[in-house]
Amino acid sequence: MEQAYTLSIFSENSVGLLNRITSILTRRHLNIDSINSSESESSGIYRFTIVVKTTEAQVKKLVLQLEKQVEVMKAVYHTDSDTVFQEIALYKISTKSISEGNLVEKLIRDNNARILSVESDFMIIEKTGHKEETQELLDFLSPYGVLEFVRSGRVSVIKPMGELEGI
Amino acid sequence: MYLEATLTPPVKETMRTSGADAVPRSFIAEDVDLIFGYPGGAIMPVYDALYHYQEQVKHVLTRHEQGAIHAAQGYARVTGKVGVVLATSGPGATNLITGIADAMIDSTPLVCITGQVGSQLLGTDAFQEIDIISISMPATKWNYQVTKAEQLPEALSRAFYIARSGRPGPVLIDITKDAQFEMFDFAYRKCKQIRSYTPVPTLNLNRVEEAADLINSAKKPLVVFGQGVILGNAEKEFKQLIERANLPAASTLLGLSALPSDHPLYVGMLGMHGNYAPNVLTNECDVLIAVGMRFDDRVTGDLSRYAKQAKVIHFDIDPAEINKNVQADVAVLGDCKESLQALIPLVYERSHQSWLQEFEALKGVEQTKVIEQDLKPTSGPISMGEVIYQVNVQTDGHAVLVTDVGQHQMVASRYTQFKQSKSNITSGGLGTMGFCLPAALGAKLGAPEREVIAVIGDGGFQMTIQELGAIFQTKVAVKIIILNNSFLGMVRQWQQLFFDKRYSSTEMENPDFVAIAKGYGIEGESISERENLPAAVSEMLQHDGSYLLEVHVGQEDNVFPMVPTGASVSEIRLE
Repeated sequence: MEQAYTLSIFSENSVGLLNRITSILTRRHLNIDSINSSESESSGIYRFTIVVKTTEAQVKKLVLQLEKQVEVMKAVYHTDSDTVFQEIALYKISTKSISEGNLVEKLIRDNNARILSVESDFMIIEKTGHKEETQELLDFLSPYGVLEFVRSGRVSVIKPMGELEGI
Repeated sequence: MYLEATLTPPVKETMRTSGADAVPRSFIAEDVDLIFGYPGGAIMPVYDALYHYQEQVKHVLTRHEQGAIHAAQGYARVTGKVGVVLATSGPGATNLITGIADAMIDSTPLVCITGQVGSQLLGTDAFQEIDIISISMPATKWNYQVTKAEQLPEALSRAFYIARSGRPGPVLIDITKDAQFEMFDFAYRKCKQIRSYTPVPTLNLNRVEEAADLINSAKKPLVVFGQGVILGNAEKEFKQLIERANLPAASTLLGLSALPSDHPLYVGMLGMHGNYAPNVLTNECDVLIAVGMRFDDRVTGDLSRYAKQAKVIHFDIDPAEINKNVQADVAVLGDCKESLQALIPLVYERSHQSWLQEFEALKGVEQTKVIEQDLKPTSGPISMGEVIYQVNVQTDGHAVLVTDVGQHQMVASRYTQFKQSKSNITSGGLGTMGFCLPAALGAKLGAPEREVIAVIGDGGFQMTIQELGAIFQTKVAVKIIILNNSFLGMVRQWQQLFFDKRYSSTEMENPDFVAIAKGYGIEGESISERENLPAAVSEMLQHDGSYLLEVHVGQEDNVFPMVPTGASVSEIRLE
């Protein structure tokens, strides 16, 4: 059965490694739902967080293929229930269309969103959450006219302790 | 450098030198004395440096970069050492790709060095600029672009270490032209370990015990072995294991010669055109013991009907091979020399007499239905099999066999009698036509004391025929046998069997091969009569220097047995 798996890949900081990682996925016709890279808790060690929809049999093989790369120290996979994850979304909307009544206050309270910037002609709202949550806010704002919308890749930490020892 | 590594102290004291000069110096530090390549603009500073080191590092000029890399592969396979290739940027680099892919899938250690345009020109579509790092990425074990001279020794020491350690493979180092000219303080420190890379997994002795228990409980064990036995230098241990418990052992295409062909426990080659008994009995064994092999689809046939009745034990150095194609009940990760050493004392002595008898019985069936006619036909055109038979008789199994891809490859692999390891050089995983002729040149240079016989089809020969020039210039003695059926034989066989004999673009109108060889100063003969075969093979072997023997064989002969695509191994056809 296909479902979303989060791959966490710990590696050296190599220019070409992203290419190697994505080609392992694309060669097997797997779409990357989201991808993120940053430094990890250990200095000099990078962490890629990649979400793919696939079967468990396939993701097991993927992890071994990823670990086989010279620059990769460790690769693990987890289901959503084994991770705590977030995505961030930014919304740019016209100040005029949204500033009537108490709409802004309702919006911020109900959605746990923040206003990052207010200009005379537009404002920027930020919301952090799961995809469904940022999507819900987008749907809510759509009637007022969303000038720009962007959602980040997933960042995720894993719940089980001890799995990442030795990195 | 970003790849954290443990290095040895410098081999010699630091000295001021150019990036280009650091290349041959690094070769010498890695004990490389022979390299293959083809010069061009972006690699000229390195070639200029090589000029000064001709005594220590010999360079073989092939006629095409593909020839250079296949020659390096032949050299690496016969010696067990790292093959080294040099090429220029752009087309020089892209011409290496087929060989890189071939070396990747067949686990051959190579270091390929390509020139690159100056770093200030990168990304400008400069003359002969191509992003070879991106192109070669999926086909290399590791690759790296050097843009500063100071990176060169550290990149090369890592390259040699990565290429030869663990499961070997090809590495590519791309050097920009300005880095070749740049002066720096050179000191070479060999690489001993890399932080992010585990070449050999730690052996788990519990797994070895589980494997021994399964082997000891087996009534019908079957060992299937691959090139891992050769790459791991574990031929001796492997033989001890099978002899101790009388385990029948079958080889993959690349495993050939790890065990002498006349060993009483050797039951033949696996796979699509392998032997009858090991294919059929794969689906009857109770414990399947895989050693250093990767369950390629040409070996397994239909996976859903492959050895389903058996418990599977898989010995491999590469964790990614475990459960990739066949689920293992016990996986023993590690270097197979070490794993087998640990396993042998735990295995009981057994005779398995009646089980071994089953192999004998099926071998008898194949002997009567296929092998007799292949090796000793009495009428009709010469068969490929009888040519190999003559070579066996006259070389007593001491030659290195180099083959190309297709019918002749399968026939030669089936019938050649090997007596020592590293004697079978062929393109297995990638199936690269054109591999043989340059690989034979490299093999002969790697093992000059051995007879090297290149068996090639008329199709594959013409894919890299220009390397006759490299053979001519190096003056090595390669014995070339062209098995000419005037067809792309294996494709034609499939067209006959599966496409109602529609011979679409497989018929070949061939030139006078003997005359072409003569043009390169290589003596030769062409025969088509059976009675001339023994004398012609003898003449070839006696000849001092390279020789080309063209044998006209049956045009529409087929290779059997055969496991058709999609069939199970036990559905192997004898006709």
